[in-house]
Amino acid sequence: MTVSTDDIKVGEVRECVLVDDLKRTRIVQYAGASGDFNPLHTDERFAVEAAGYPGVFAHGMLTMGMTGRVLTDWVGPEALLRYGVRFRAQVWPGDTLTATATVESIEDTPDGLVAHFSLRSVNQDGVEVVTGTASALLEP
Amino acid sequence: MTGQPFPVEAGHIMMFARAIGDENPAYQGETALAPPTFTMASAHYDPDYHLRPKPDEEWFGSGGGPGVMAEGGGGLHAEQHFEYHRPVRAGETLYVTTVPGRSWEKHGRSGRLLFSERITEYRDADGELIVSARTVAVVPEGPATPKDAR
Repeated sequence: MTVSTDDIKVGEVRECVLVDDLKRTRIVQYAGASGDFNPLHTDERFAVEAAGYPGVFAHGMLTMGMTGRVLTDWVGPEALLRYGVRFRAQVWPGDTLTATATVESIEDTPDGLVAHFSLRSVNQDGVEVVTGTASALLEP
Repeated sequence: MTGQPFPVEAGHIMMFARAIGDENPAYQGETALAPPTFTMASAHYDPDYHLRPKPDEEWFGSGGGPGVMAEGGGGLHAEQHFEYHRPVRAGETLYVTTVPGRSWEKHGRSGRLLFSERITEYRDADGELIVSARTVAVVPEGPATPKDAR
């Protein structure tokens, strides 16, 4: 899959609902797949009684992994050159997350046209949970 | 080739893609592509990875009791960045090396915050750099105040 400049314009925005009512089981599923078994994310008793949190919360990398879909659904997973995020707020069970990607610029490089994106994922209250940037190689 | 071998397996990609809720057909089948954050799963192959229970070692999570928050255990993932030199595909083995990066501090609302970077490189069997990853962790100095986090 390749995206050309006919398909993608500066200022264009895509939105994607990543998860509706995040379940604790999804966090456990991510722990198993990623190998990150930090009990902060999967062990309610530890999270509350030993660590002092209100409960378990999602791995930042689960949120980043889910957020990636707003890019890969658009440009394809093979087109990504860079993808980076800052974790702004924790994601809790019950959260509904929506990601937005915006084309900030399109750059002519020796390898072809590269689209630069800004990214944000917000929860049901509109709080940013991650913000970031990404770049993808478009069809020359 | 140096570095910890990380066999990229189709079944592992399938499980990872399910966990992030992505049914993209590109992530399925014997020659599946890996999702952009998949290389984090190399933790499974790191013999020293501290966030995996191991036989004959104490685990800090709950059992009969609530568990123990380790020293510096209040650390959180602050940033994560990837650079992709080419896509990662099922069937190949990547070789993983991690080195410390910069460290710095900032003053936050609740005191000093200590930031540190870790740079991880994923190379193929020919030694070509495939993915570079930069992890930024933050640890609050002194007693953490996670109850305020929500």
